[in-house]
Amino acid sequence: MVEEGKKIRVLIAKLGLNGHDRGAKVVARALRDAGMEVIYTGLHQTPEQVVESALQEDVDVIGLSLLSGAHLTLFTKVMELLKKESLENIIVLAGGIIPEEDVTKLKEIGIAEIFGPGTDTKDIVEFIKKKLKKWK
Amino acid sequence: MWRADKIEELRKARESYEKENLKAEERAQEFKTLSGIPVKRVYTPEDIKELDYQTHLGFPGEEPFTRGIHPTMYRGKLWTMRQFSGYGTAEETNKRFKYLLQHGETGLSVAFHFPTLYGYDSDSKRAKGEIGKCGVAIDTLKDMEILFDGIPLDKVTTSMTINPPAPILWAMYIAVAEKQGIARKEISGTIQNDMLKEFIAQKTFMLPPKPSLKLIIDTFEFGCKEVPKWNTISISGYHIREAGATAVQELAFTLADGCTYVEEAIKRGLNVDDFAPRLSFFFNAHNDLFEEVAKFRAARRIWAKIMKERFKAKKKRSLWLRFHTQTAGCSATAQQPEINIIRTTIQALAAVLGGTQSLHTNSYDEALALPSEKAVKIALRTQQIIAHESNVANVIDPLGGSYYLEWLTNKIEEECWKYFDKIEALGGVIACIEKGFFQREIASSAYNYQKEIEQRKRIVVGVNEFVEEEKVPIPILRIDPEVEKRQIARLEKVRKERSKEMVEQSLADLIKGIRSGDNLMPYFIKCVKVYTTLGEICQVLRDEYGTYKEPAMY
Repeated sequence: MVEEGKKIRVLIAKLGLNGHDRGAKVVARALRDAGMEVIYTGLHQTPEQVVESALQEDVDVIGLSLLSGAHLTLFTKVMELLKKESLENIIVLAGGIIPEEDVTKLKEIGIAEIFGPGTDTKDIVEFIKKKLKKWK
Repeated sequence: MWRADKIEELRKARESYEKENLKAEERAQEFKTLSGIPVKRVYTPEDIKELDYQTHLGFPGEEPFTRGIHPTMYRGKLWTMRQFSGYGTAEETNKRFKYLLQHGETGLSVAFHFPTLYGYDSDSKRAKGEIGKCGVAIDTLKDMEILFDGIPLDKVTTSMTINPPAPILWAMYIAVAEKQGIARKEISGTIQNDMLKEFIAQKTFMLPPKPSLKLIIDTFEFGCKEVPKWNTISISGYHIREAGATAVQELAFTLADGCTYVEEAIKRGLNVDDFAPRLSFFFNAHNDLFEEVAKFRAARRIWAKIMKERFKAKKKRSLWLRFHTQTAGCSATAQQPEINIIRTTIQALAAVLGGTQSLHTNSYDEALALPSEKAVKIALRTQQIIAHESNVANVIDPLGGSYYLEWLTNKIEEECWKYFDKIEALGGVIACIEKGFFQREIASSAYNYQKEIEQRKRIVVGVNEFVEEEKVPIPILRIDPEVEKRQIARLEKVRKERSKEMVEQSLADLIKGIRSGDNLMPYFIKCVKVYTTLGEICQVLRDEYGTYKEPAMY
């Protein structure tokens, strides 16, 4: 998917109303330090805004962060909109406070992986690199 | 406190002792506090040779209040056990309040759901999926009446974690009390009402900084005159710490925010001794027990100095730094969740040894979901064991005089003043917010902390050491999807039953009040009493004052 020599582009988005952006910012820095191009949307994004940014920025990966419990509603909406825009090739990752039983549901709607609290940022970097290599 | 010749003698003795004894390797090259302050092997009077008991410590209840604000502290009255709670609709939260009171909680603390925190009604487009999830849904006075149904507001104190719409929720509380037949002079509690830390860390904002400050000073002014027992602000470091700040940054940024509020209030023409006694603070208690205790002690000492020397406060009470503490949510792990009980115990102990006025202990399941009934009960029991079984509440400031603790208290104070100078040089707190100074400092600390864990320079049990592959399933609280429907149905019913004319009139008056620069509290009370919704009131504020958007940076 990603051409040789081209940097992996990642959109990190804070969905919904919660302002807890510590995790999102740490991940953004870690991905940048791993050589990726990171676009950080800032806070309080709607699913429409996230998909619009993904389209405009031509990203390979979207990282969604949410801790308020609204993940099923909002992530589902993002996935629907991506499908509508034919952007299903974008790898979508999620992080935040997400109960184990919702993980299966989120994977069913197409979220590639959910990185919960305590995740080593290297695991996220590895995951992205592996995924994009396989698709190439 | 120490004679110079004695210190010199000690220095010599220490040097020969070290020469003789220190041959073995230590388990790390450098030892640091959680905040990164390097610490020595052992502390002696040499490290606190400048310490003067009367000037730097004093007795409890005496300046500079390092050892506590009351002469008797917990021998007189234990701290208030105040668990932050709220979820679903007002009915569910009312039930949780009663459950906690029945199990020995001594004060209430309301968690509002995100739409309320931002001033949106539950039927707003922005509220989708968020209703009742991270707190209770409050749209109108009706919800507030149900929330406190059967709870006597003259007997219980209530803390409300609410910021941009704080004056409006406070207006609702006043209205509920009056409906219960209790005068506003009789009620007591706290509204968080601290917008500066929202811009810095918690990021729940609505209006730009200037009008935000205006509304806060309105509550100070109104409180002094009409609701004298109410704490009109809780100047909060908790969220600054949760966002990744160190203990020093937490303290320095919070006290700098405090100074900004005091300055603004004085600019409004308020007398410092009228409002200062009602300022309260809110801190985090993390894992490094001594550093946390030192932070609380330093906080009291610095604030007393600032209030007296810089703001010329005369009343003793104006110099008090009274604070609520919450154990560190960011320290809770999703891995082996039960061990969070142990972390919470250590953190709660730090808060008590540091002389907190009230305490919330986190539940062990909070890295996974909102607390379940069982988890919140254990959290409350943790406080009760510290209070009644450990005997640490029997002696005031029991760690005072420890060479290490006194040195660390001094060190934290010193670092704090350095930050004050830096903030001032950058043009003050608001300029620092606009320049992203705090945000960058905090993001860097958060990133360093994460890197230290990943590089195993810092051990987190269950995360990077003593890891267990097996997942421990624990039952978690889930919010019934029906909550959203019920809440919206109630809101629609209220909208139908209220007087449309009175609502419109209340909003028209509010607009006039805003444009003429009046204190808005009386307008808010009028609005809520006729069941104008939170969202309708906030929409007026947004239209008149504009909204704030943070520049995205990481």
